[in-house]
Amino acid sequence: MVMLASLGLILLCQLIGEAVVRGLRLPLPGPVLGLLLLLVLLMGRDRFALLARGPLRNDDVETASKGLLAHLSLLFVPAGVGVVQKLDLLASHGIAIILVLALSVVVTLLATVLTFRLVSRLLKQQDAR
Amino acid sequence: MKDNPFSLWVYLSQSPLLWLTVTLLVYATTDAVSLATLRHPLANPVLHAMWIIGAFLLLTGTSYTTYFAGAQFVHFLLGPATVALAVPLYENRKRVVASIVPMLVALCAGSVTAVVSVVLLAELAGLPRDVVLSLAPKSVTAGVAMGIAESLHADPSLAAVAVILTGIMGAIIVTPLMNRSGITDYRARGFAAGLAAHGIGTARAFQVDEIAGVFSGIAMSLNALVTSFLVPLAITLLVR
Repeated sequence: MVMLASLGLILLCQLIGEAVVRGLRLPLPGPVLGLLLLLVLLMGRDRFALLARGPLRNDDVETASKGLLAHLSLLFVPAGVGVVQKLDLLASHGIAIILVLALSVVVTLLATVLTFRLVSRLLKQQDAR
Repeated sequence: MKDNPFSLWVYLSQSPLLWLTVTLLVYATTDAVSLATLRHPLANPVLHAMWIIGAFLLLTGTSYTTYFAGAQFVHFLLGPATVALAVPLYENRKRVVASIVPMLVALCAGSVTAVVSVVLLAELAGLPRDVVLSLAPKSVTAGVAMGIAESLHADPSLAAVAVILTGIMGAIIVTPLMNRSGITDYRARGFAAGLAAHGIGTARAFQVDEIAGVFSGIAMSLNALVTSFLVPLAITLLVR
């Protein structure tokens, strides 16, 4: 029962997220808005005792969420198997596509991590002064 | 009753039950192998589950549509799992707030690099225009990338495949690349994984380190936002 209410709350956050995104034609995915909503609920619970009930009590929604995230990789398998529909294209352009994606992902990883470190270091130097 | 085994197969191969079971069992196996190899990057459970199930579909002559009728129950959970990222974010909110500036600057640098590098490289490799357009949103999570591809009149199913391939390659490369570059800051490592390789990178980050997972989840969510704006702009500027 505890698990059900928590799952219900997660789905409700996503549902509201999807509805708002569609209704207001926002250029962001519904589940991302759902994420923000659940975050606000969790922070609100700490401030207002009124909210700390049902799945928001005793870390119930936390446990359910961690259960979902424990197998995050599994959720990508069905879309990944979709590669069987693209075998013709992969036969003609597969090597080029894979090289392009591999190079791009390496460049992106490096650009992101180096920028993060650089800015982080600059800020610390400022603090020290 | 002579044709029983065959008619049983015909019945089962059309039912969602078989393909849902296959998806879960194959993944449980590849995940167990990944665990047994102490989460070696090359033992990526998504990669191996993908080709094993794909080969099984080809051998049995099953269409992807039939397979997806069963597997969609797993696919559906991508949305709720995104919402669930609120929990690790909430639990580590102090560290996240403390790193907000490096995060936002790295977000801008990373998103621009992701889109510009793939478009330029794909043009350089002489790929057809509709392929270039479908590859452009490859660093964001599948649902968003498909939406972007659709709005560009490109091929959403190719975009989804590019997203998954990028995610798997990112998840395989990230740990050795970061170790070799001598980067030990798990906030930065996770943020890069989520930005470049969305949910598959985030799943990998959680395997390596909890803080890396949290920052990866944030990067994935923020990048979905930025890329939706960035891809149409990059296409106008960069594609012939």
